[in-house]
Amino acid sequence: MSATRRRIVDRIARALTLACTAAVLAPLVLIIGYLLAKGITSINVDFFTQLPKPVGETGGGMANAIVGTLVLIALACALGLPIGIGAGVFLAEYGHSRLAPPVRFCADVLNGVPSIVIGIFAYTLMVLPWKSFSAYAGGFALAIIMLPIVARTTEEMLRLVPASLREASLALGVPAWRTTLRVIIRTARGGIITGAMLAIARVAGETAPLLFTAFGNQYWHHGLGGPISSLPVQIYTYAISPFDDWHRQAWAGALVLLMLIGLTSLSVRVLTRGRFRTVR
Amino acid sequence: MTTAARTKVEARRLDAWFGATQALHSVDLAIAEHAATAIIGPSGCGKSTLIRCLNRMHEIVPGTRVTGEVLLDGEDVYGPGVDPVAVRARVGMVFQRPNPFPTMSIYDNVAAGLILTGARRSRADLDAIVERSLKQAALWDEVKDQLDASGVSISGGQQQRLCIARALAVEPEVILMDEPCSALDPIATAKIEALIHELKARYTLVIVTHSMQQAARVSDYTVFMYLGELVEFGPTEQLFTTPQKKETEDYITGRFG
Repeated sequence: MSATRRRIVDRIARALTLACTAAVLAPLVLIIGYLLAKGITSINVDFFTQLPKPVGETGGGMANAIVGTLVLIALACALGLPIGIGAGVFLAEYGHSRLAPPVRFCADVLNGVPSIVIGIFAYTLMVLPWKSFSAYAGGFALAIIMLPIVARTTEEMLRLVPASLREASLALGVPAWRTTLRVIIRTARGGIITGAMLAIARVAGETAPLLFTAFGNQYWHHGLGGPISSLPVQIYTYAISPFDDWHRQAWAGALVLLMLIGLTSLSVRVLTRGRFRTVR
Repeated sequence: MTTAARTKVEARRLDAWFGATQALHSVDLAIAEHAATAIIGPSGCGKSTLIRCLNRMHEIVPGTRVTGEVLLDGEDVYGPGVDPVAVRARVGMVFQRPNPFPTMSIYDNVAAGLILTGARRSRADLDAIVERSLKQAALWDEVKDQLDASGVSISGGQQQRLCIARALAVEPEVILMDEPCSALDPIATAKIEALIHELKARYTLVIVTHSMQQAARVSDYTVFMYLGELVEFGPTEQLFTTPQKKETEDYITGRFG
């Protein structure tokens, strides 16, 4: 009797969790499906190679925005990854220092700061003094968003490295700094890269902090000191426009952005794959 | 039984703390060169702490403290200006659980102490050292065709011998073994014990063990520790046949612990 009951409860529980899983996956499938349906028709060679056409002319592409997004991500990584990873190493290796809890708390608070606020911060700090929107300001804003994500995931991943490996290295007469660099970080490499990829995926789609830092540009950018276009801002501009052609391009832009993020994280994973399985 | 060997490592009035808890109480111990010294005693008696003080590994845990002296060839390793990194290069260690570096190949694991310390060596030199160390650790024949395989792809017993090879590669003078067989099956244990017999001709060995049989099998001298104090120390045969202290007798006859 109770065995039958257990079996029924098991069935129900399994069905419920399955339903929840489906509910989690449904939006993703719908988004990708919708983007594909709406955007694929506008994706052609021109989309990747042409500049946007003036209002009224059909065709054209988002080549400048695609390049702009890549430039902004590169700038954000150049600033955000080393500092974020460095802070994560500090938190993991010197976590017992009195400075660690406040640093950890600040990182968590920073993680919760709305991205538009970070945009305003970058605006006041970089756009106002230089009297120009710039790729630097956009990259700076994105880097700030990346910092807490990279720092905290790096810390978590380093903490997963068994203490016995550190001891093994120290007991061989390896100095502590080399142990951290060559044993601890190397063992956690996969996890640290995952964290960096999460951060990149997060900022690649950020629009708000770019609106008044990188601003946007209908043409190729002239150096990193001037305004630069980006896919999210371009999608935003096109999506709120009254033109059907621009709407179609916005869908295509969104699809390209999604593919870009997917491709980046895939290729980084393949390229940096260690010879042996590491933590995560 | 070895007779009146030279003292290699000597602890003098060694105290060790974890925070406010004192783990070692004024331990005095002279460890003979080219011999195997076993440290036995119930869990938490300070066996591991004692050997971790000998190569300054105790202090890497935050909140720990050591006072007293540890003389290595007559020189205090806790003396002013002594670099713990240099001490650890001379006094190697093998841990309770095999801990090869998972990101490294078998070859790189053995060479790790040389590579990671930044010493520049030719590939041929490294090859020779790796082969010699693996042979000394009685592992060469089992892994010589898979030196590029991951250090964690082999069995637990092989991993532990790999860790011994890794410790041997940096040519230490003393090797500390912290319950090296407690995570291994009897066959792997027998191999490690055979290895200990071989190694003591060239190195000074200190082995912490939970197994009194193991202490009796592999060691020349045995230390009995209880509650952070060194209770008795002497030639293994004497300690097991005619213990001087009552606690020792109670422990080795299985009355407690």
